[in-house]
Amino acid sequence: MKTKKKLGLIVNPIAGMGGRVGLKGSDGPEILERAKELGARPESSKRTIDALKRLTHIREDIELVTYPHDMGENEAMACNLSPRVIGKIKKGKTSDQDTRNAAEEMLRGEVDLLLFTGGDGTARDIYSVIGDKLPALGIPSGVKIHSAVYGASPGKAGELAALYLSGNTYEVRLTEAEVMDIDEQAFREDRLSARLFGFLKVPYVKRMLQCAKAGGCAGEQDALNAIGADVINNMEADCFYIIGTGTTTRAVMEALDLNHTLLGVDAVFNGELVGSDLNEAELFEIVEGNKAKIVVGVIGSQGYIFGRGNQQISAKVINNVKKDNIIVVATMEKIATLGGAPLLVDTGDEKLDIDLSGYKQVITGLGERVMLKVEA
Amino acid sequence: MKDLPKVREFHSPVWNEPIIMEMGRKGERGILIPETEEEIKAIVGEAESYIPEKMRRKDMPKLPEVGQPQVLRHFLHLSQMCLGMETNIDAEGTATMKYSPKVNEALVRSPEMAELHPLQDEDTVQGILEIIHKLDLFLREISGLDQFTFQPPGGSMATFTHANVLRAYHAEKGEAEQRNEVVTTIFSHPCNAATSATAGFKVITLMPAKDGYPDFDALKAAISERTAGLMITNPEDTGIYNPRIKEFTDVVHEAGGLCFYDQANANGILGITRAKEAGFDACHFNLHKTFSSPHGSFGPGCAAYGVRKDLAKYLPKPVVTKHGDKYHLDYDRPDSIGKVREFHGNIPAVSRAYSWIMSLGAEGLLEVARTSVLNNNYLTKILEEIKGTTRYYAQGQYRLEQERWSWEKLTEETGVGTQDIQRRVVDYGLQSFFMSHHPWIVPEPFTPEFCESYSIDDIEYWCAVLQKISDEAYSDPDLVKSSPHRSPIHLVKYEDTDNPDTWAITWRAYLKKRGK
Repeated sequence: MKTKKKLGLIVNPIAGMGGRVGLKGSDGPEILERAKELGARPESSKRTIDALKRLTHIREDIELVTYPHDMGENEAMACNLSPRVIGKIKKGKTSDQDTRNAAEEMLRGEVDLLLFTGGDGTARDIYSVIGDKLPALGIPSGVKIHSAVYGASPGKAGELAALYLSGNTYEVRLTEAEVMDIDEQAFREDRLSARLFGFLKVPYVKRMLQCAKAGGCAGEQDALNAIGADVINNMEADCFYIIGTGTTTRAVMEALDLNHTLLGVDAVFNGELVGSDLNEAELFEIVEGNKAKIVVGVIGSQGYIFGRGNQQISAKVINNVKKDNIIVVATMEKIATLGGAPLLVDTGDEKLDIDLSGYKQVITGLGERVMLKVEA
Repeated sequence: MKDLPKVREFHSPVWNEPIIMEMGRKGERGILIPETEEEIKAIVGEAESYIPEKMRRKDMPKLPEVGQPQVLRHFLHLSQMCLGMETNIDAEGTATMKYSPKVNEALVRSPEMAELHPLQDEDTVQGILEIIHKLDLFLREISGLDQFTFQPPGGSMATFTHANVLRAYHAEKGEAEQRNEVVTTIFSHPCNAATSATAGFKVITLMPAKDGYPDFDALKAAISERTAGLMITNPEDTGIYNPRIKEFTDVVHEAGGLCFYDQANANGILGITRAKEAGFDACHFNLHKTFSSPHGSFGPGCAAYGVRKDLAKYLPKPVVTKHGDKYHLDYDRPDSIGKVREFHGNIPAVSRAYSWIMSLGAEGLLEVARTSVLNNNYLTKILEEIKGTTRYYAQGQYRLEQERWSWEKLTEETGVGTQDIQRRVVDYGLQSFFMSHHPWIVPEPFTPEFCESYSIDDIEYWCAVLQKISDEAYSDPDLVKSSPHRSPIHLVKYEDTDNPDTWAITWRAYLKKRGK
């Protein structure tokens, strides 16, 4: 008998409630109460059902494991997916702790894929428990999502989950996608501050790289290696290289055979690591009065190159390094996730943001560049 | 919505044909050649003795041993299981799958043509040299450029030829090191970028502006003293013609670069626009697309590559020249980039193109472009009514000979994607359509192209099949996703074809990778 694939499902029932009533996010019980008073309706349930509908054709091949009531059971039942329900919650009074508990149990139960519904906070909760130990995928239901771990729509998330679970390794592969975390208090005060919290392993459709006509094609790792090779081929002597956060810049450090701080900023000088996980003051000290260049990646789905996930590289640091010494790296795959939208900068320094705007050559491979527009 | 014709039922023959290496038995032969008579053998010796000792192979080749009727049956079965160009409506976009008139085929198969040898003395091949020269003259007229070569056997080889000419041009000025960047657009044919890279250039790719036109400001930002040239397609794969093309070429010229026009598919612009007036220094035409020779994957294809006068010295050698009434093969070309193909290229393709142009004349070529554009825009009117289709970019604007469409909406609503539909059309006896070059900027893409040789009935029938599949996607998506059901081979798992450990291009590789 064929072994069934195990699909975990965790729904954050309150994610997205703030949006419809003009609140920014729904973290914290007071905000949630306020949202309910303003007439907020749960969005997660409907969105989860929209995603699960895309899994009904593989019903016989999967075992759906989920949490009780509105944390997944109701949605699974609505789609006739006969879930195995685990865990205990207080009906109608769930919290982020329930999300983490559920993720804990999914990890223990070794599900093949963890599907979760929510926003940035939910992704962060899930990530804090599973790290890179389980493949996961988000069904978007947050007010404003900065993380790249979500399907473009609930339907697309469901579709992707079905492809992944059906073992279609031709079309679907795993990649590392950013979990971004917003300070919701600051956000409600109209200040935006987001940091890179980590990376979840998510399935993605390899379509952008498929070579049905050519037969055989470079995968994501090959593209990253090519980017790394390009950057180090062009490295200048006696110049400090500030290496930003993320997986694309990691390729540069791998090409140099140096340790890389995935969520932090490192510095390289003449091929040697001269600083790891540097803060703004340390970075400024390095670049001030010295020849320096900054190498940054692009936040998937969002397009930010400065101001999200790399605040250490502040306006003060960038102003010192100068615009022409900024090197942006991204795979074509990542550029495609932007859907034609420009790259974004939000350094907190309006003048600098305007100065950084315009066209920028982005390194996409060895000797390959794409012209992309940068906007403030 | 227009009433479309009824879709006919179809089922392909399914022969479950073995691979020929698995057929026959030891000693089986197609032809038994009689033994040489002893008295003849005594005079001429053994046949083997004519092959130098060191060139003789030690082991017999591992060829299949199969009788003549079995071989014939095998290949006829295979042909029956293929949707050949002439057994169905093949609207494969960017490829310009037009009907190749049989009279041209008769010409190239005539003994006078088929028995030519490339090493014949030029005095004995004046006729074919005249055809090559005259086709060169026709293409000069069509493009406005000054000299063509027919050596490249495909479009990519023509763009590679150009990349080498480009380098030779800058090298002569002493700028080969400095000018190492080629600019192209993401919707130009990918070989523009690929062959530039192969020739050692860095490649800068422009993304489309929001309206789908190439982004002029991005071009200006990309151009510098490092620019070697621009390699661009127009209309791009989207079917959108860039009306500012002269501004593009002007900017590149001002910076000291050369401009190459990829006209692999020139079907929408024949007799309407010319490379020269758009400011291009070089271009190519795929004779196996626009000029009605069959396609052929570096087999019988031919790309005519042409340049303006001062670049002609770089063309691959030999070139055909005419002095008085006599044609020559000119090898004495010290600035030539060398050869890109053995001998003179695929001459049958040259002959077919010559014959095709002669049968149409200048007015006929213009009519080809007009009809193919009209056909495409008639197609548009029907396709946009089919549920689940989306047009991308330049809303409300006409396209030329093709368009990149999207099934994004259908995918969103049903889960059925363009690859599913591409497989399902085979169940109705149609060749799979072309989706898109990579990367897929337009999601769930498909790119139909009805060139001038398809009739209104053909277009409507093709649309009727798409209409039917769209209906199926909304009513029974699994039927489409699990297709094809009526073709010789059903849904295959692509994994093995995508994995170097399992794919096998040759029988030997197949045996090795499966431990046989």
